[in-house]
Amino acid sequence: MTGGVVSRVAALRFFAALNPRQLDQLCEAGTPMSYQPGERIFAEGGDADRFWLIETGSVALDVRIPGRGDQVIETLGAGAVLGWSWLHPPYRWQFGASARERLETIAFDGAAVRNRCDADPAFGYAMLRLFTPVIVARLQATRLRLLDLYATSAQVGRP
Amino acid sequence: MSTAAAPAIVGSAVPQPYRVVSRRVDTADTVTIELAHDAGPLPAFAPGQFAMLTAYGIGEVPISLSGLPDPGDDRARRLTHTLRAVGAVTRALHATAPGATIGVRGPFGTSWDVESAAGQDVVIVAGGIGLAPVRPVLHAVLAGRARYGNVVLLVGARTPADLLYPGELLRWAASGVQLGVTVDRPADGWSGHVGVVPALIPHARFDPAHSVAFVCGPEVMMRFTAQALIERGLPASRLRVSLERNMRCGVGWCGHCQLGPLLLCRDGPVVDYARAEPLMSIREL
Ligand SMILES: Cc1cc2nc3c(=O)[nH]c(=O)nc-3n(C[C@H](O)[C@H](O)[C@H](O)COP(=O)(O)OP(=O)(O)OC[C@H]3O[C@@H](n4cnc5c(N)ncnc54)[C@H](O)[C@@H]3O)c2cc1C
Ligand code: FES
Repeated sequence: MTGGVVSRVAALRFFAALNPRQLDQLCEAGTPMSYQPGERIFAEGGDADRFWLIETGSVALDVRIPGRGDQVIETLGAGAVLGWSWLHPPYRWQFGASARERLETIAFDGAAVRNRCDADPAFGYAMLRLFTPVIVARLQATRLRLLDLYATSAQVGRP
Repeated sequence: MSTAAAPAIVGSAVPQPYRVVSRRVDTADTVTIELAHDAGPLPAFAPGQFAMLTAYGIGEVPISLSGLPDPGDDRARRLTHTLRAVGAVTRALHATAPGATIGVRGPFGTSWDVESAAGQDVVIVAGGIGLAPVRPVLHAVLAGRARYGNVVLLVGARTPADLLYPGELLRWAASGVQLGVTVDRPADGWSGHVGVVPALIPHARFDPAHSVAFVCGPEVMMRFTAQALIERGLPASRLRVSLERNMRCGVGWCGHCQLGPLLLCRDGPVVDYARAEPLMSIREL
């Protein structure tokens, strides 16, 4: 089982910096999971007990706005990693996520990966080095969108 | 003094009357107009170059070429411009109806030099109205399709309703262009990407060692796009951006468009990123 997961994970670039032993250790916590178009993967406020490596398809991150429903704030595609709230207490999802089209993923058990990180600081550091750029890139993307770069001066501040 | 130089001086210093022959509404604030000359036409424009367009009695602004003339018919010297109404002059130009006359000076500035991408993958990244100045790149590449490798077009817009040329985007995708479109703010029913355009770059299929990139949009968007392309391995010297500064004369006389050592009306607007990058990050410029 793990062998299949290892080769699927190794086919994507995201975990390429892990050495073979670390990749095996990570994949022990991984399970293939598929989602149907429109299927909710997790809801805002729920237990952040996993993260996913997206193999094919795309995911919409959303936030619930009273009176306006679930507003999509970002989409993630193949090769991206979904979820980092499993890394830090209180381990709750800040946003929701649902599949936009049929989705193939490897889902990783957050608690198992955290335990491995605690037990093996080299593994933990390697994971942190992989996840920090993701968090930074998403923060930068959010800041860029806050600038509302394509708006005319008359549009700034308007939806 | 040579009289042979006179037409060029007229074309660059005195606006020539052009008639609006068609006007297509693209979005709530953007139109594409086609202009035909009444008297002698101006010299041919190359992709990336711009014209100074005059709304008589109001003012003059730089606007890039957004289409390639169709060689071989009487429309050969027609000019196509896509313009967004943001202030007094662009609002007046935006409002011109077919039959109206506007003044045109040009052609000005550097071109995208599409030819230099022959044999390479072509990566075009555009944000907002920035799709207009790179549209002729796409026209040129598709006209000589066999001479180029993969063609990638990544487009960012504020909302789905702000997307320029939606029909053409679909036609380009159908003709094999790898198209990625993303919006900052999705509307109900939008099933495409949501997010910034640099986020599409890691997933685009092109060979960074054998590609030329053409990038146009707000300056901050171009900086982050360039960073993402360079991270993929594309050399800054094969990445071109189109820079904007206020312009007045268009021919390197007045200094209004200065960016450090460059006069962007003459040394730009298309500048390779290896040259542009150090200037784009200086606060005083
Ligand atoms: C080389 C070059 C090519 C250009 N090509 C195009 C084009 O193809 N299509 C097009 O629509 N525009 C293009 N522009 C931008 C266009 O020239 C400006 O929008 C125009 O000069 C604004 O003049 P205005 O009198 O209408 O507005 P102004 O009164 O000058 O400005 C009104 C408001 O718009 C803002 N503004 C002014 N210029 C810009 C700008 N460039 N981008 C964003 N906000 C601006 C001002 O800060 C102000 O808030 C180009 C500019 C350059 C330098
Ligand atoms: S606009 Fe006058 S020098 Fe460039």
